Amino acid sequence: MADAPEGLGEAVNRAIAGPRPAAARAITPGGAGEAGASNDNIPLTENTTLVADTMYCGTCMVSIEDALAKVPGVTRARVNLTTKRVSVTYDPSRTSTERLIETLDGIGFPAAELIESSAAEADARDRDFLKRLGVAGFAAANVMLLSVSVWAGVAGDMTESVRSMFHWLSALIALPAIAYSGQPFFRSALQALRGRRLNMDVPISLGVVLAATMSVLQTTRGSDQVYFDAAITLLFFLLIGRYLDQSMRTRAAGAAANLLGLKATTATVLDDDGTTQRLSARSLKAGDRILVAAGERFAADGVVEDGTSEVEESLITGESVPRRISRGATIYAGTLNGAGAVIVRTTAADQSTLLAEIARLMDAAEQGRGRYVRLADRAARLYAPAVHILSAATFAGWMVLGHGWEAALTAAIAVLIITCPCALALAVPAVQVAATSRLMRQGVIVKTADGLERLADADTIVFDKTGTLSLGEPELIDTETIPPDALSRAAALAANSRHPYSRALVRAATARGFDVVAADGVREVPGLGLECSGAGKPVSATLAGHVPERLGAPSFVGRATTTADDDTSILGYRRPDGEVVTFRFADTLRPDAREIVSTLKDAGYAVHLLSGDRASAVAAAADKAGIDDFASEIGPAGKLRRIEELTRTGAKVLMIGDGLNDAPALAAGHASMSPANAADISQTAADTIFQGQKLRPIVETLSVARASQRMALQNFAIALGYNLVFVPLAMLGHVTPLVAAIAMSASSIAVTGNAIRLKSKRLELRR
Amino acid sequence: MTSLAWLIPAALALGGLGLAAFLWSLRSGQFDDLEGAAWRALEDTPPGASERRRHAVGDGDDSAAQ
Repeated sequence: MADAPEGLGEAVNRAIAGPRPAAARAITPGGAGEAGASNDNIPLTENTTLVADTMYCGTCMVSIEDALAKVPGVTRARVNLTTKRVSVTYDPSRTSTERLIETLDGIGFPAAELIESSAAEADARDRDFLKRLGVAGFAAANVMLLSVSVWAGVAGDMTESVRSMFHWLSALIALPAIAYSGQPFFRSALQALRGRRLNMDVPISLGVVLAATMSVLQTTRGSDQVYFDAAITLLFFLLIGRYLDQSMRTRAAGAAANLLGLKATTATVLDDDGTTQRLSARSLKAGDRILVAAGERFAADGVVEDGTSEVEESLITGESVPRRISRGATIYAGTLNGAGAVIVRTTAADQSTLLAEIARLMDAAEQGRGRYVRLADRAARLYAPAVHILSAATFAGWMVLGHGWEAALTAAIAVLIITCPCALALAVPAVQVAATSRLMRQGVIVKTADGLERLADADTIVFDKTGTLSLGEPELIDTETIPPDALSRAAALAANSRHPYSRALVRAATARGFDVVAADGVREVPGLGLECSGAGKPVSATLAGHVPERLGAPSFVGRATTTADDDTSILGYRRPDGEVVTFRFADTLRPDAREIVSTLKDAGYAVHLLSGDRASAVAAAADKAGIDDFASEIGPAGKLRRIEELTRTGAKVLMIGDGLNDAPALAAGHASMSPANAADISQTAADTIFQGQKLRPIVETLSVARASQRMALQNFAIALGYNLVFVPLAMLGHVTPLVAAIAMSASSIAVTGNAIRLKSKRLELRR
Repeated sequence: MTSLAWLIPAALALGGLGLAAFLWSLRSGQFDDLEGAAWRALEDTPPGASERRRHAVGDGDDSAAQ
């Protein structure tokens, strides 16, 4: 690190830190010299991780690796199909991340650089769990081997001394393994006790530690009440549960990070000398001048310096009708530029009053949710004291009956061991893993650990309109009244523009089977529309009886053919002969919106619609979707207030929204969901993200959440039943090590087996 | 019973060997991409071929540049 050349980017320093790889030096001896930044021959290599989440098989993997390997300057490209990421090592003087992304885009894999956050940390945690699991597994197998010999030997001809040796050997294996593998539980239990709470790890730790201590004691006395096998198998089973839970969450967090990474945009930065360069939005600084092309998303907050256009801000305000912008207007990151190219001077994101306001609202809203107590912890609050009281009662009972303190202690510890909540601690994680992986296969990512539980509680569903109930982009409607030739020609004109309406036209024409080829000689008139003077003729050479073709606002095409009502937007197309054809656009509802709303209502959920959009548009959407309870023209604070009002009346609100304006409400809802195309901040605020064009995943998520809650309770019942049988036995002193080992494994397997059913079970949504 | 003198150490050594192998595979990243590894086994190109080819190309490029 210290010998890194001056003046290089921090990333380069990071990449070449540590021992210099000899192979890398051999690969790029000339690279550093060309960069002119280094005076010794340190090879410059940089590492980056790209996300390409459309890869799904070996062929994708090979084509990505081959394509990247062909880029000059790339020394290594390795795909990880599980995480859908590519790790690339390259020479920054010969290629760039942008170049790599372009290469992947070129072969059909939309890619983006990953915003590395806590992924490496979570990976390390996973690995740590696996290591402890490995050690516990090794110890459990070997101790069990010795124990089985002892159990068999008791019935046979095993001598006292051999049995004692086997016990010592067991202790030798089990004690270090318990000390190492049990750490996650011990640490969590200590933390809980320090905070004067009881969690499931307290009885677990107590049971394991006491079992081990007593076994050592009994081994020194040559007794056969030795529980090393029970203690270590218990840890082994529990670690499996914890590891599955942990790795599932790592996977979900990784998938969520991939989505956010892919949404990250690039910006064209204008330098003072007039040159331009493409930079990722993250590397923009306040005060940069960026050129935003028509139809591009604004990469940062800023003020318009030059040009006029429209901005579509539905992601922020929920309002789907574009706002006109010109010099001096403020624009926000993530909103969509309309028909004109503009130059924007960026302002720092944290200075943006809107974002700051939303962040403040979110902080306040999130505090309420922090108090949620998970089912397992609620169970532990009841279970842990009960176990300790039973154990104490056993000790007291044996003492009273005059069996002496040793026998009393043995019985009391046997109670602790048998009640050690192996099944109870597996009950919830096993179900959650099955539920989360089932949802993940359907494109639903559950991000938070208690997300499913809170989803299961929900009884009221609040939808946002634009982008959630609707697709959030204009669609051409009434297509059957449009002459096919006009549609095809207008689409050819529109193919030259990236305006949302133009793209909707091209989509509609393609859907009708036209092969859309961009027309020649099309000029974009900022803020108005497109004009085509015909092949080869300059725009001004308008012959008598032959007007230029125009596609755009009704006033621009010369005639307001139909007045636009509130819910539709109109684009006119003027043919060369002067006749005007009208296209209507509307932000249409997702294809299954009505069906899903009625399914939810039938299932007993109250459904509301809250939108920042105009009253008439919201009323129309509510009518179409079949929602009776709706409110319009409410901002972020208003949405938050409505959620809080509903919560006060006792409702458990599931908020489903996508916009920046929904973020506080998402944070305030008892549970929350966001579509995958939502604003970054909303995706971060939501517990659950669903992908795809349809709303069906909402129903699926709710039914899986409710089923998983039912199964967790079933599992608790299984665990409780097992305790009802074995605790009296333990209290009476009939639990031998063999009985403990069998009971422990059987209950764990029963609980896990029950949870696995959730993976393929047919579910129906019911409240 | 004398057979125990070598049977038990043998059992422990074998178990320990398994544990060591597991820890080694964990450290060397064998568990990082379980799905990808399954597909790689089906690819005709030998493992790491694209990387080796890249190295060769890289060397050629650089010597040309010098």
